[in-house]
Amino acid sequence: MSDFNLLDPFASVRVPVGSWVESSLTFLVQNFRDVFRSIRWPVDQVLSGIQSGLLSVPPTIFIILAALIGWQVGGRRIGAMCAITLTMIGLVGVWNDAMVTLALVLTSLFFCAAIGIPLGILCAASNRTEAILRPVLDAMQTLPAFVYLVPVVMLFGIGNVPGVMVTIIFSIAPLVRLTNLGIRQVPADKIEAARAFGCTPRQMLLRVQMPLAAPTIMAGVNQTLMLSLSMVVIASMISVGGLGLMVLQGIGRLDMGLASVGGIGLVLLAIFLDRLTQAMGERTNKAAPGTRWFQSGPLGLIFRAKISKPVPAATPQSQTE
Amino acid sequence: MNSADDILSVQHIYKIFGAQPELAMDMLNAGADKSEIFQKTGQAVGVFDANFSVRRGEIFVIMGLSGSGKSTMVRLFNRLIEPTSGSIQINGKEITGLPDKALLDVRRKDMSMVFQSFALMPHMSVLVNAAFGLEIAGMSEKERNARAMEALQQVGLAGYEHCYPHELSGGMQQRVGLARALASDPAILLMDEAFSALDPLIRSEMQGELIRLQAEQNRTIIFISHDIEEAIRIGHRIAIMEGGKVVQIGTPKDLLCNPANDYVRAFFKGFDTSKVLKAGDVAQLDPSEAFTPSPTAPSVRSDTPLQDIFHIVASAGRPVAVLDSQGLFQGTISPAQLLQTMSRH
Repeated sequence: MSDFNLLDPFASVRVPVGSWVESSLTFLVQNFRDVFRSIRWPVDQVLSGIQSGLLSVPPTIFIILAALIGWQVGGRRIGAMCAITLTMIGLVGVWNDAMVTLALVLTSLFFCAAIGIPLGILCAASNRTEAILRPVLDAMQTLPAFVYLVPVVMLFGIGNVPGVMVTIIFSIAPLVRLTNLGIRQVPADKIEAARAFGCTPRQMLLRVQMPLAAPTIMAGVNQTLMLSLSMVVIASMISVGGLGLMVLQGIGRLDMGLASVGGIGLVLLAIFLDRLTQAMGERTNKAAPGTRWFQSGPLGLIFRAKISKPVPAATPQSQTE
Repeated sequence: MNSADDILSVQHIYKIFGAQPELAMDMLNAGADKSEIFQKTGQAVGVFDANFSVRRGEIFVIMGLSGSGKSTMVRLFNRLIEPTSGSIQINGKEITGLPDKALLDVRRKDMSMVFQSFALMPHMSVLVNAAFGLEIAGMSEKERNARAMEALQQVGLAGYEHCYPHELSGGMQQRVGLARALASDPAILLMDEAFSALDPLIRSEMQGELIRLQAEQNRTIIFISHDIEEAIRIGHRIAIMEGGKVVQIGTPKDLLCNPANDYVRAFFKGFDTSKVLKAGDVAQLDPSEAFTPSPTAPSVRSDTPLQDIFHIVASAGRPVAVLDSQGLFQGTISPAQLLQTMSRH
């Protein structure tokens, strides 16, 4: 370039990132489309399994089951909260859409956990892995979703499965980060004690590090769920069904009613998932004094009813023995 | 004492912390000291040419101020910290350079450790904590629970097996730590300032407990401490460390009567020497005075600590006779002798 100006070099010198990305994407699409298509398969299986499962359960049964699970992991208050939020979802008339969205979110959680927790463990084990992975996670979390919506469509097509993939990309980062953090925060004296008693690295991970990191990992699961819920609205642009689609259609038609109903459904679903996972995290935190997990809540009722028949004066001591 | 009675022997052990231990080793061999090496190379000398051995069935106390390398030393024994050079042998078996698998075996069978911070697993009950070492070693649940229960009984925690560590007091938590270490029936028990985090009353109770357990089981115990009272109460022999070097090893009395340097002497400043010295150490034979046993004249046994004979010597009108365990005459102690001995230390 003849008119190169030292004070304003960017007028003539420019790195053509855009066209590089475009040409490499074209190359990928032309040569590796089948590879990417085959990645769809496991996601598709899990998603359709969860979705048909959720949709085949009658709402009343689902609400009762959810309330019982909530009661078991977090006490009566959480149980009541689960029942109320789910009933309200049904009452505003978005039950089926909510179940589709729940299936999407749970599928993405499944893959996030399957990929994210091992990655977090690797990060905790090696500083180099962490240094390499950290900018990648930053990019995945902060890159506007619209940017990778297009390549995902070009490689995977449209529909629920690519939608789950976009959601995984967006929401996996906190799980990796918090798994890493949780394991790194295990007190050094516990690690040293475990080493002194002859733990192999595997025993260390399974018996000491993971249990002690469990509350932090549960916080990561909670964050991942919340992020996936916010992502399913954006993913509805590539033809993902559920509550997100209701919101998108409502906005497109300027139908505030429809958009609001979809939005309220998402908020209720978010409250339900958030309280439930938080309760799970707190439960591992407390390490329930004296009693095992099955000795409280609805299971505890059954447990005590069974025990108290043969042993009339059952003390907590003899129950655990 | 022949070498067959040594359960652990340490020869020319060095530990240097830093990226270039060779550099520091060369300087050490050339006669440089710890602070000079740190200033020139940034390498910290943890342990400097340690040589000693621990006898089977004794309580061996390693004492020193913080930073003297005593905690590093104990971690070299089970290689939680890798020694830079030198040799450590347990029962004649070389520990340095053992492959990972054999090292795990040593940690599971030969040595257990009790920690200053207790280091119990908060997500496990007392019973599971006590059985932790056995579980790691792959013992079946029934067998390890039985052995853990036995260990808990030994430390007086029967009935607490279903509690969780956070429900117990500090002293009880350390009892769990002790039970965890005893459950695997190790040849050597390593105790890293095990009682330092406990309050004085509980600490003294635990020291008594440890002395009792050691006498019952005749177990070899290596105990790290910074407290001279504790070291003298429980230790058969004491090694004193200063700046990574072992400056003196001996019985409490050796250290008190013949301190190697001012550092060792300083440890005993303010320490009540009448707890260590015995009547037999002070008794003198006076050739001018023949011993005539009489039932009215007071006498003391030669193994009585000085602190228990003050009132006897003070109230007797004449020097008090000292007899050994067979009743043989050892000499006499006069009030003047006693005062001279006390003022010397």
